[in-house]
Amino acid sequence: MKVSRKLRRNKGETNLAGYVFIAPWLIGFLCLTLWPVAQSFYLSFTDYSLLDAPVWTGTSNYHNIFTNDTTFTKSLSVTFIFVLVSVPLKLFFSLMVAMALNKNVRGMNIYRTAIYFPSLIGGSIAVAALWRNMFGLDGYVNQVLSWFGIEGVGWITNPHTSLGTLILLNTWQFGSTMVIFLAGLKQVPQELYESASVDGAGRVRKFISITLPMLSPVMFFNLVLGIIGSFQTFTSAFIITKGGPINSTYMYAMFLYEKAFKHYQMGYASALAWILLVIVALLTLLNFVASRYWVFYETDGGKAK
Amino acid sequence: MNTMRFKWSNHLLLTLFSLLMLYPVIWWIGASLKKTSELGLPTIWPSTPMWSNYSSGWNFSDQYTFAHFFGNSLLMELGNVTGGVLTAAIVAYGFGRLNFKLRGFWFSILLLTMMLPGQVTVVPQYILFNKLGWVDSYIPLVLPHFFGGGAFFIFLLVQFIRGIPRDLDEAAKIDGTSVYGIFFRIILPLIKPALVTVAIFTFIWSWDDFFAQVLYISSVSKFTVGLALRMFIDQFDIKWGQLLAMSLLSIMPSAIIFLFAQKYFVEGIATTGLKG
Repeated sequence: MKVSRKLRRNKGETNLAGYVFIAPWLIGFLCLTLWPVAQSFYLSFTDYSLLDAPVWTGTSNYHNIFTNDTTFTKSLSVTFIFVLVSVPLKLFFSLMVAMALNKNVRGMNIYRTAIYFPSLIGGSIAVAALWRNMFGLDGYVNQVLSWFGIEGVGWITNPHTSLGTLILLNTWQFGSTMVIFLAGLKQVPQELYESASVDGAGRVRKFISITLPMLSPVMFFNLVLGIIGSFQTFTSAFIITKGGPINSTYMYAMFLYEKAFKHYQMGYASALAWILLVIVALLTLLNFVASRYWVFYETDGGKAK
Repeated sequence: MNTMRFKWSNHLLLTLFSLLMLYPVIWWIGASLKKTSELGLPTIWPSTPMWSNYSSGWNFSDQYTFAHFFGNSLLMELGNVTGGVLTAAIVAYGFGRLNFKLRGFWFSILLLTMMLPGQVTVVPQYILFNKLGWVDSYIPLVLPHFFGGGAFFIFLLVQFIRGIPRDLDEAAKIDGTSVYGIFFRIILPLIKPALVTVAIFTFIWSWDDFFAQVLYISSVSKFTVGLALRMFIDQFDIKWGQLLAMSLLSIMPSAIIFLFAQKYFVEGIATTGLKG
């Protein structure tokens, strides 16, 4: 009796302590995430320019977006192409490089730093400026191509190459994905490789039967976050190409930004945001469902959680 | 992992690949010293280095030098890093060690927020900060870092804390230490390496977070380095030498931090067991 009361009191104390500790996040979540999400949902059914009170317009924002807005269709397809090409490219490169860097040899830190460096300066405006200059018509890239007798184009001013140039920039910055792969590779038990060697497995066999399955949770993590991140690409399109030429790089995030903060169509922008949310949620869900077939989770046997 | 088998050919391959990755940066260094007429030339080093690109770039605005903009950015970072590290540690201890009602539920919500596109919250957040009169101040940039520092960092620290043996807590508990005492005396000292990782990432990511800066800051006197660079780009006649020189300087703080703390990047993530 006495014990159970004491236990209960203890339980009440840790309950309180738990909420004391998570309070900063909880308050932030309620005020800066949950409330804004609800607010954004409400605003998506209104006409709101910041100056006057929001005016309820029902589903007309959505109706306009889906039936009248060619910019919506364009920016969504541009963004889909960007995601579809750059995410797999980045995953592939970062896995290959992570495998090459997963060795304990002298000087490896220098290689890692060199390869990570472009990602360090990631989405910064400095890199956007650099890229804009390098891929200009008289830019450095075309000069190098001219040595080989290739006549370059204005990479960022030509609608056929502009999106590809942004994808190249995005792929160049594969470092964060690579670091996460590297961390995953470090946790693959070496015994597995050793016993596979004893069984006479070659490098390819080891990669397919050990590395890939053991790495699949990390691969999944990178895939999900990569898709979500790519859908939100903003700075490169905003600075390097300004969405052009002829909207060939008009990313969804930029479209939304301009609707909200250039034209002050807050309701319309909120509807765009909700469409993005639904797309990302559906893709993530699809990923989770598909992951059952290819993501391999180690059973917790012997491993302390 | 076998040191003996790592041949010189692997070193050669890695060196070539590193150079390929760094090539734009190397070119950048040379380009920052070039005259505009020389920019397109494939040579890396200019015939006569224009060191004046740096001085004239530094003083390009009539009102302020880049010292002012760097000061602004560093001030913002001071708030971001302090808030992020402090509150992420507190929240992560709550999730990682304490048992409370609905813990699992709140933790799944936390993970879910990682998948929420920022665009969904940005409009109402802007409206809120606007109503509070905080637009064109650093509050909208800094304040969000004081609410746990972001889901990704909390998650990282929770994984790290779970790796610390619970026996330590139990022993302290028997000695009469409260949950708060355990946090300050046991957990906090032990998660220092992970906190360094959080601090570095917070610094670099918010330094580069152009979207938030362009959204909330409009007076030139409050411009961050990124916004100051944009002033160059918006000009009709871009002075590329100056722009590339100042751009190069703008990545220096992140680069220096990274060089000194490089090992934490991999180790910090590796020890947290991101998988599963």
